Amino acid sequence: MKQYLAFVKKEFRHILRDKRTLLILFGMPIAQILIFGFALNNEVENAGVAIYDMAGDYESELLQQRIENSEQFFIEAECENTDCIEDAFRQNRARLGIIIPAHFGQDLLNGEKPQIKIVSDASDPNQAQVLTSYATAIILTHVKGRANVVQEAPLVSAIPRMIFNPELKAVYMFVPGVMGLILLLVGAMMTSLTIAREKELGTMELLLVSPLHSWHIIFGKVTPYWLLSFTNAMIIVSLGIIVFDMPMNGSVALLIGSCLLFSLTALALGIFISSRANSQMVAMFASMMGLLLPTILLSGFIFPIENMPLVLQVVSNIIPAKWFIMLIKGLMIKGSGMNVIWKPVAVLTFIMLFLAVAATKSVKPRLNG
Amino acid sequence: MSALPHIIRKEFRQISRNKVMIPLLFLMPIVQLIVLSYAADFEVKNVNMAIVDLDKSVTSQRLINKFTSSGYFSLVGSFSNAEEAMLELEKDETDMILCVPKDLDADLSDMQPVKVQLLLNAVNNQKAGIASNYSMQVINAFNADRFKNISLPAGIAPLTVDIRESYWYNSDLNYKVFMVPGILAILVTMLTAFLSSINIIREREMGTIEQLNVTPITKFEFILGKIIPFWIIGMFVMSFGLVIAYLLFGITTAGSVLTLYAFLAIYLIAILGIGILISTITETQQQAMFVTWFFLVIFLLLSGLFTPVDSIPEWAKIFNLFNPIKYFVEVMRMVMLKASTFSDIQHHFMVMCGFAVAYNLLAVRSYRKTSG
Repeated sequence: MKQYLAFVKKEFRHILRDKRTLLILFGMPIAQILIFGFALNNEVENAGVAIYDMAGDYESELLQQRIENSEQFFIEAECENTDCIEDAFRQNRARLGIIIPAHFGQDLLNGEKPQIKIVSDASDPNQAQVLTSYATAIILTHVKGRANVVQEAPLVSAIPRMIFNPELKAVYMFVPGVMGLILLLVGAMMTSLTIAREKELGTMELLLVSPLHSWHIIFGKVTPYWLLSFTNAMIIVSLGIIVFDMPMNGSVALLIGSCLLFSLTALALGIFISSRANSQMVAMFASMMGLLLPTILLSGFIFPIENMPLVLQVVSNIIPAKWFIMLIKGLMIKGSGMNVIWKPVAVLTFIMLFLAVAATKSVKPRLNG
Repeated sequence: MSALPHIIRKEFRQISRNKVMIPLLFLMPIVQLIVLSYAADFEVKNVNMAIVDLDKSVTSQRLINKFTSSGYFSLVGSFSNAEEAMLELEKDETDMILCVPKDLDADLSDMQPVKVQLLLNAVNNQKAGIASNYSMQVINAFNADRFKNISLPAGIAPLTVDIRESYWYNSDLNYKVFMVPGILAILVTMLTAFLSSINIIREREMGTIEQLNVTPITKFEFILGKIIPFWIIGMFVMSFGLVIAYLLFGITTAGSVLTLYAFLAIYLIAILGIGILISTITETQQQAMFVTWFFLVIFLLLSGLFTPVDSIPEWAKIFNLFNPIKYFVEVMRMVMLKASTFSDIQHHFMVMCGFAVAYNLLAVRSYRKTSG
């Protein structure tokens, strides 16, 4: 125990001496969470529209005004032909083209159902669909309003209630995701380098001939980073609450426990990578290239897991960030208790133990090879 | 310039000597391209729905059928009260609860308006919004069915238009067509940025840079010697990725391949310049990696790969003017999907040329031959 504590102390001093790295470790996550919290938005707004108005009459002018005044659209180009719409698409200036037929006003007022064409740049299919449905809704509401007929209320109407996020804030989606991403990657990258570095510099041999058990070495390396990571987690959570108005509906103790558990999982992942890698370069490559995109794409951070093919839904279970994001959403937004969050806690604990054992096993024998 | 071929040969030999790096360099991006392209799908296809039917009449059953047969909703369970259903919502077992009030059938028979309640899990704001829109459509269809039996007075038909939609460039609305070029762009960027940022710092940490410094190689040759091998690797991985995109996903380049490669060539020089700049201003591999990661993640998440760039705030749009990944993702999608020509992307091209020159000049300037 005494040896272990001495080792931890040495590691700690090692880390604290490097002021520049410390600045990077704390400054980076803070800057990132601030940037993403403010900048990321999955709503489709401010889309450019290219309008080709063949009528040019009073009614078509009114319709154009209605589109220009909407929140979702602005008129980027007034076209004289369809090629001009295509040009706007190809230059990425417009996302939607609206073609108003000749004699629009006359036909409309005569009840002749003039045909409006909406063409969209469907290279982004999701955005194209959403924008088309916005435009359709705007046009229909506008046209309906032009008739002085009060329509009867529909017999069944729905009252939607947005549970957990009444204002439909995008922050509720992105802040937990960014937290998971940052904590996992910073944690894994930090530790993935430590053992690889000792190996590269030849100091690992010194450690291994010392009376320290391989468990001691690993835990000694992890403990200081665990504290740093946990501090990082707390800073990020506080920023979420103070700057982005994230609620804190659940138990604070459970949240702290979750952050401790998740930081440890991230560090175990890093140790695991570094116990396998033969150089810092390989370790970094694995923890940066290997973790960044899978964590963003498979954790449910942006893309819903239920949309994925079954195989990937199964694979997503080994992505630690997935479970942490569930925990954060459960504890902060939904106010869930242990009866709901036991599963992510259990899975994270399992992943962490598995990685830690696998790493310890491979620390010593590797050196012989 | 006579030293240059030797430096390049040395770099290549160094890379090929590391047995672990070779598969990592080529396999990892390709495997990720294949696997992750299936994961990126934004479309809300299937809304899980739980039901609390307090009416239990033929009419309420018809309303529920209207939901389940719409193709948007799948029924995950019926509950006798809202509290039980709410727990399912909390566990993410369901996205939406439809609560049908007790007197639905009786009130409708009396021509009384009825309100049904929808409880939506809005943690995912976008999904909740779309689920709510789908529900409105279903309920409107349900109402229209009932209206069919009741004839409207003649002569007050409301004004209507006939709206025809058409989707260009991707009429099947296939999300992969959109994501594969973007993901490929990111993988190539990560690979080259990472390799170049680690490279010089590694030589410095290992002490081998001193040996290079005592040779008569100029700073310019040195940087060029570092850039060219990675540039070739980047070009190679990209080409490989394009072949995979075609073979596996049937995605071809609609525009000119030459335009795409012209842009790629300049882009890689810019990214490599950033990498080398990072490695000249950091002290250890660890720092270089963290700094690279920091910028990479910011550039990546603001690039428009995952979220629309139109809707980010003004300050972030200004920031994005300096985001090389944003230009590259855009150009990939423009040329590959929309057949944009060189004149369509010339703005992107000029900006990238500017980046390439600026970053590399900075890198040459901040690289000091004397260490410490």
